[in-house]
Amino acid sequence: MGEAKSNVSMAVDEAIEQALAETEGLDGALMPLLHAIQDRLGYIPTSAVARVAHALNLSRADVHGVITFYHDFRTSAPGRHLVRLCQAEACQSMGSAALAEHAKARLGVDFHHTTTDGAVTLEPVYCLGGCACSPTMMVDGRLYGRVSSARFDEVMSGLGDA
Amino acid sequence: MSATVFVPRDSAALAVGADATANAIVQSAAARGEEIRLVRNGSRGLFWLEPLVEVATATGRIAYGPVTAADVPGLFDAGFLTGAKHALLRGPTEDIPYLKNQERLAFARVGVTDPLSLADYEAHGGWRGLHGALARGPAEIVDDVVRSGLRGRGGAAFPTGIKWRTVLQTEADQKYVVCNADEGDSGTFSDRMVMEGDPFLLIEGMTIAGLAVGATRGYVYLRSEYPDAERMFAAALRIAREAGYLGPNILGSGKPFDLELRRGAGAYICGEETALLESLEGKRGMVRYRPPVPAVKGLFGRPTVLNNLVTFASVPVILERGADFYRDYGMGRSRGTLPFQLAGNIQRGGLVEKAFGLTLRELLYDYGGGSATGRPIRAVQVGGPLGAYLPESQFDTPLDYEAFAAIGAMLGHGGVVAFDDTVDMAKMARFAMEFCAIESCGKCTPCRIGSTRGAEVIDRLVSGERREANVELLRDLCDTMVHGSLCALGGLTPSPVLSALNHFPEDFGMPAVPKARAA
Repeated sequence: MGEAKSNVSMAVDEAIEQALAETEGLDGALMPLLHAIQDRLGYIPTSAVARVAHALNLSRADVHGVITFYHDFRTSAPGRHLVRLCQAEACQSMGSAALAEHAKARLGVDFHHTTTDGAVTLEPVYCLGGCACSPTMMVDGRLYGRVSSARFDEVMSGLGDA
Repeated sequence: MSATVFVPRDSAALAVGADATANAIVQSAAARGEEIRLVRNGSRGLFWLEPLVEVATATGRIAYGPVTAADVPGLFDAGFLTGAKHALLRGPTEDIPYLKNQERLAFARVGVTDPLSLADYEAHGGWRGLHGALARGPAEIVDDVVRSGLRGRGGAAFPTGIKWRTVLQTEADQKYVVCNADEGDSGTFSDRMVMEGDPFLLIEGMTIAGLAVGATRGYVYLRSEYPDAERMFAAALRIAREAGYLGPNILGSGKPFDLELRRGAGAYICGEETALLESLEGKRGMVRYRPPVPAVKGLFGRPTVLNNLVTFASVPVILERGADFYRDYGMGRSRGTLPFQLAGNIQRGGLVEKAFGLTLRELLYDYGGGSATGRPIRAVQVGGPLGAYLPESQFDTPLDYEAFAAIGAMLGHGGVVAFDDTVDMAKMARFAMEFCAIESCGKCTPCRIGSTRGAEVIDRLVSGERREANVELLRDLCDTMVHGSLCALGGLTPSPVLSALNHFPEDFGMPAVPKARAA
């Protein structure tokens, strides 16, 4: 190979080093470290596994095992916006299944998928703690309650690039 | 004189527009030359009134709600800064029956104070429990907690004081206090409300636990689905540390205690205590075999007090006002209060902290006002996704650990989710199995495989295939899961499944339960 590293991979390396520095010395540092990487990059690149394993004196299998165990950790970049629709019981009692159908139709994707323009990744989630204002959803970390189909469309239109 | 206006910053209030309301209030006030002081409090837990705006007047706080940004100019026109009449006026906040009839011990300050104001916390009784604890020895603190009758509020209801005593009596070079704030049960939000609305309370409760058992370090394991709670609690930790409530020398007592906040990663199983410990240690959230219990061998193999957030939040009042004060609330062996959470298809959803003993019906109708859709409430799931579905004939059951156990149900973390008569209970039973399959850690076979097979059997049953044989198979499978699973996920998933099947067989294509028997 011998080529200079691309800007992207340099940015990835830098993010990983920053995350390592931020979580250095913590007991049981793996989870905070993986979060610190994903907070910066939006996902945990495969190239991070060896570096993380080395830094924490773990096997690569250990690190891979943890990344794949937890629903939150992703190994490829998500869309520019992350839309999580609550599908747990309280939201079901207020029509979350119909809302999910509407969302899938409007975005043209199923759960766990990203729209072809890369704008939105749609995920199910099991409880956002807004159960007295069901159905709920979370968009880029922001909670929305009493979400009707119309409200969903409004929020999606408000994303600008979605 | 400037008026003080309260607009909650609880995430459920934000979810229905509290920020827009707050901005509109600030802008309208500026445009009209009115001087106001805006306080972003926690939520009172009256979520059908959110965004609930309060104004401090000479006669106490006056409530208006639900107030959208569009309502704000009208409120100013009406003179709401002095508590004037308006269509959204709800009167003095404390006199709203929903709130007035509650017995708020853990939630005494939530929604009242500015969550990050140490001055507010102290002015409203904060740190008194901690001062009480610092004046006592570890054994005395543990004794108070034992005598209070407090039981774990996460769902298992194990006596808190007994757990603390075990940790106190176990010798170790390092002990830990861990808070389970992985509030994954659908229909629950009390942990979130405390973290967002009164975070110093959790710090105080955990510090008392540390003093009681000789632990110097603590962790709060918070689910990732609560980003607002994470920000608030992180800020509270910094403030408490700077003020000397945490650190090497708490309040000059010479005793050290400090806390760290850790974020989960979307695994429901990490609400199970041993999976939570594994996760804190940086591993997959796999359930551990017990014994040893965490009180003997917990985090990093050390004795660990591991309690639910509401358990810790209930401790300061016990140390402040005494074990007897707390014990006087409740019934039977369920002492004190539980913050019930009314959710789902309910007209007045919210937080109701009451002594044990009121009935489910009182909670659903006197507080909740019936279903949100106006249709009859057909089924209620109490205690989260692993809790049983209760039919109307069981609504008079008192909310008490033993009374619920006697009908094969559980109170769990106090979540109550109502469904109207459009619910398909076979679908809910299938969902319980499906959820278990999604969230199983995979360590034991009954849970890992049983949940998937369970969903398949329910599908066959509903499609009418060999109905009797499949009912028998489902019951047999549930029996295996109950008795063969390592933890409550596999062990309790049959609870919603079988309660749905037993009380609502007609949804599975079988004859309905005769009315007489149902009653």
